Amino acid sequence: MKILVCISKAPDTTSKIAFTNNNSAFDENGVQYIVNPYDEWYALVRALEIKETSGADVTIITVGTSADEAIMRKALAIGADEAVRIDAEPTDAFMVASEISNYAKTQGFDLVLTGKETINFNGAQIGGMIAEGLNSPYVSIASKLDVHGTMLTLEREITGGVEVVEVALPAVVSCAKGMAEQRIPNMRGIMAARTKPLQVLPSTVTEALTSYVTFASPPAKSSVKLIDPNNMDELVSLLHNEAKVI
Amino acid sequence: MKNLVYINGNGHLSKAAFEVVTYAKKLGGNVTVLATGKMDSSLLSSLGAYGATEVLINRGITGNDDQQIAAWIASKASEVSNIVFSHDFQGKAIAPRLSVRLKAGLIAGAVSLPETDGSVKVNVFSGKAFGFVKAHSAQRIISLLPNSIAPEEIGNSCPVSEITEEMGATTVRVISVKKPEGAIPLPEAEMVVSAGRGLKGPEHWGMIESLANSLGAATACSRPVADIGWRPHHEHVGQTGVAIRPNLYIAVGISGAIQHLAGVNGSKVIVVVNTDAEAPFFKAADYGVVGDAFEVIPKLTEAIHKFKAAQ
Ligand SMILES: Cc1cc2nc3c(=O)[nH]c(=O)nc-3n(C[C@H](O)[C@H](O)[C@H](O)COP(=O)(O)OP(=O)(O)OC[C@H]3O[C@@H](n4cnc5c(N)ncnc54)[C@H](O)[C@@H]3O)c2cc1C
Repeated sequence: MKILVCISKAPDTTSKIAFTNNNSAFDENGVQYIVNPYDEWYALVRALEIKETSGADVTIITVGTSADEAIMRKALAIGADEAVRIDAEPTDAFMVASEISNYAKTQGFDLVLTGKETINFNGAQIGGMIAEGLNSPYVSIASKLDVHGTMLTLEREITGGVEVVEVALPAVVSCAKGMAEQRIPNMRGIMAARTKPLQVLPSTVTEALTSYVTFASPPAKSSVKLIDPNNMDELVSLLHNEAKVI
Repeated sequence: MKNLVYINGNGHLSKAAFEVVTYAKKLGGNVTVLATGKMDSSLLSSLGAYGATEVLINRGITGNDDQQIAAWIASKASEVSNIVFSHDFQGKAIAPRLSVRLKAGLIAGAVSLPETDGSVKVNVFSGKAFGFVKAHSAQRIISLLPNSIAPEEIGNSCPVSEITEEMGATTVRVISVKKPEGAIPLPEAEMVVSAGRGLKGPEHWGMIESLANSLGAATACSRPVADIGWRPHHEHVGQTGVAIRPNLYIAVGISGAIQHLAGVNGSKVIVVVNTDAEAPFFKAADYGVVGDAFEVIPKLTEAIHKFKAAQ
């Protein structure tokens, strides 16, 4: 079985989010990049579990510049077999997904996994776009994934509940919490990652459908109003008369 | 101008459905609602009140297969300017497919109507910032975050056409559906009561549920609480959990780590209850109570009951 795991970089969760160039770009100054948690904790680790139980070849793919090879080596250290980098600066979700589906089309992957979204753009677009590009079925926001021969059984989030579905391979799945547990790479993995194959391929897509015009930070909160713990009637009255939320 | 809206016509008409119809109406022009599901025509016709011109319900699609639904929507999209979804599990699956199929720019996670320059404000960095996104295509797809726009009733019911257009065999077979009885879906909830490690054990969630019930609120939790298994994963809010933007968020025994705040700081009003006056959450709060949750929460619940009884 051949599994492709899509890996994106994301700023470390403690990063200060600020913008530069007249608020038109994310300020990377002092920002540490990590593997997007959904891609790493759930998609990659579940792929590795499948590899361990039933045998699989796990390739990771990133659309990005050479600066992104650090996070790709981390994914290799956790246990992926090989890596592919499409050498391009990501412009929008359509461009990134098209790069990945163009690559995957000729490679015969049985399963393509993504995180449910990135923690920087929160678009949740890439998985569905790849599925359309590959004309494959798609199961989004899956919290459980089991392989039975050429079939997958999955649990996925629906509004107010969980749906259990079955789909035939090849398929695309976006992964969420519940699917696997985070793994910390060990020394042997880190050493092995240095020599694992990392292929760099040229970009095949020039078109983007969207762009960010500008960014803004949320307005600052005014200072907190403290209420006596023995006077909850006052809190209720403030929520009703002042905040008007109850 | 013609706009399309997709809604899932199963169960009841959700607030999210009223929101997307209101949003499409405010974009200007006609609004055709495309629906799939088992819902009665009479229910669907009430979408007219929010600005729908007409509703088409396709009885030929029975599940949530995004491939079938995207193909059906695409077949209705000629001369359409905007296609609007709720940024829920279906919007997140169908809208990206449609974007590729129609080569229409997708603006995901919109939180307001377009600006005068045509860009749309979206949630980015898990609630730590906003971005303004422009689509460069003739057609534009927008998925709207729940609780971003107030539904507005402006008219009467609208005509509903029942159609049966089959879109090929489904590739995603639904085996079963698990729905917690009567629970309010977290992303749609207008009020949320959330608790963290300060509660010390799952056996203490009774008081959180009582408080939530007194308000008609949904319940949520911090990440460690879901990780240890005190609460189910779907209640985990924050940067790596569900991002929510209710009118009222009450945080009990949660320290307010940056990753937690990221998923909840879109809330209109935040109330924090914590024993530690130095807890970072107080900086993000509108109202704070420095005190022991085990004493404060029962008192607050009682005060709400008293307030409701007097209403
Ligand atoms: C990559 C990454 C992603 C993360 N994503 C998330 C996320 O999505 N969501 C999330 O929540 N966290 C996330 N975290 C974890 C986050 O950093 C915090 O560790 C977590 O939010 C802390 O949970 P807590 O507030 O429940 O517990 P604690 O930090 O232990 O805080 C407990 C609080 O309860 C108070 N308390 C104790 N007793 C009482 C009492 N009797 N009454 C009232 N208050 C009391 C204490 O004063 C304290 O402030 C993430 C971390 C990382 C590294």
